[in-house]
Amino acid sequence: MNAPLPKLPHPDSGAILREAARRASPWSRRQFLRDMLGLGSLTLLTGCDIVDGMSAEAALGRMSDFNDRVQAFLFDPERLAPEYPERMITRPFPFNSFYTPNVPEKAPVIDPATYRLAVTGLVDAPRGWTLEELNALPRVTQITRHVCIEGWSAIGKFTGVRFSDFLRRAGADLTAKYVTLRCEDGYATSIDMASALHAQTQLTLMMDGVPLPRAHGFPVKLRVPTKLGFKNPKHLVEIEIGNDYTGGYWETYGYNWFSGL
Amino acid sequence: MKNDRPAVHPLVVRVTHWVNALCVIVMILSGLAIHNAYPTLPFTIPPALTLGGGLIGGLRWHFAAMWLLVLNGLVYLVYGLASGRFARKLWPISPRAVVTDLRAFVAGRLSHDDIGRYNAVQRLLYAGVILALVFAVASGLAIWKPVQLRGLVMALGDFDRARLLHFWAMAAIVLFLLVHVTMALAVPRSLGAMIRGR
Repeated sequence: MNAPLPKLPHPDSGAILREAARRASPWSRRQFLRDMLGLGSLTLLTGCDIVDGMSAEAALGRMSDFNDRVQAFLFDPERLAPEYPERMITRPFPFNSFYTPNVPEKAPVIDPATYRLAVTGLVDAPRGWTLEELNALPRVTQITRHVCIEGWSAIGKFTGVRFSDFLRRAGADLTAKYVTLRCEDGYATSIDMASALHAQTQLTLMMDGVPLPRAHGFPVKLRVPTKLGFKNPKHLVEIEIGNDYTGGYWETYGYNWFSGL
Repeated sequence: MKNDRPAVHPLVVRVTHWVNALCVIVMILSGLAIHNAYPTLPFTIPPALTLGGGLIGGLRWHFAAMWLLVLNGLVYLVYGLASGRFARKLWPISPRAVVTDLRAFVAGRLSHDDIGRYNAVQRLLYAGVILALVFAVASGLAIWKPVQLRGLVMALGDFDRARLLHFWAMAAIVLFLLVHVTMALAVPRSLGAMIRGR
């Protein structure tokens, strides 16, 4: 795999996402307060529209977009996710994936020698990073809780590069709105810049003291302890900085985009 | 025929009661769909008793209806506290009176002649379900925002315990509903009062 990396096909394209982008883009505090005022009529609509499946779906979609803005408003960049002692680490750490069958044997096999992590979009000079380059960067370790949207959670020890440090080194435009994360296996998701710059958001290279196992995202995953597990993509191959909403795999199926903890 | 007696239930109570009923049912059914994705307790709920068709739809309903539940609940609580309705109707609750009224109920001697005045068992159940709803919202907030509201999670123990307590709050509300709906049907005048006011 040579840089520059071609954009992987991912399922979050098409009309649904353009519609979502139109609805999700203006998310300032003022917009949030305007929405708060409009909430009463919106929820009443939700109640009235239940008879019509399509309108109910649309109303639920509007509520999910509203919840994105509420969560961006609630997100405190200074608030740290709790860290735990070593003895509380969950072993073995649960495996989960977006593909079926949901088994680690289906995880992608990536050659560390040819691996490149492409940083694209609003960056000074888009390029691919080798694993050697990534491993040479200063590292931090955290023991935090991974909370799955399904309801289970597990405590893991993650070591890697503070993501805000990496974005600065990569020359990313830190005033951009979104960071889109694309994976070797076709998975994709995106996060807001505020969460990307959170002190605990980490470009993870090691788990529990050893290089990331294949099942858990070898060679690189993004650890975002302030977001649900599906916002923590494994086998990262592209980080795109941009101002356009790009959604994600599960988001296309209806998972809430912000999904902050 | 004109009726000059004051309403048993003022309009604000009737409206918030029925909006709450709708929200609570949506929250329970969608919550059970979410429960099934990773059962808190070792059983799943038959899909027919859930709302949303699975985890994704369940979450979408849950996180939409929660706003109406909370806004409506706040109106009800502020009114109940400020108007003195809670103090008048739900207080005092004496354990002795609860036991006495429960015995009378079992013996079939508990009077429902004055539906504007709650017996001790009613007071206990109504006050209890209000607290259970407040607790369900608090524990729900804890598992929705375990980082932003980490103090709340710590107050409840930890994340898993908060999730379990959220489930038990729901179970308490379901138990209340079974008794409440049965009694409302057994004493139809009380149901009429919650619709027409008297």
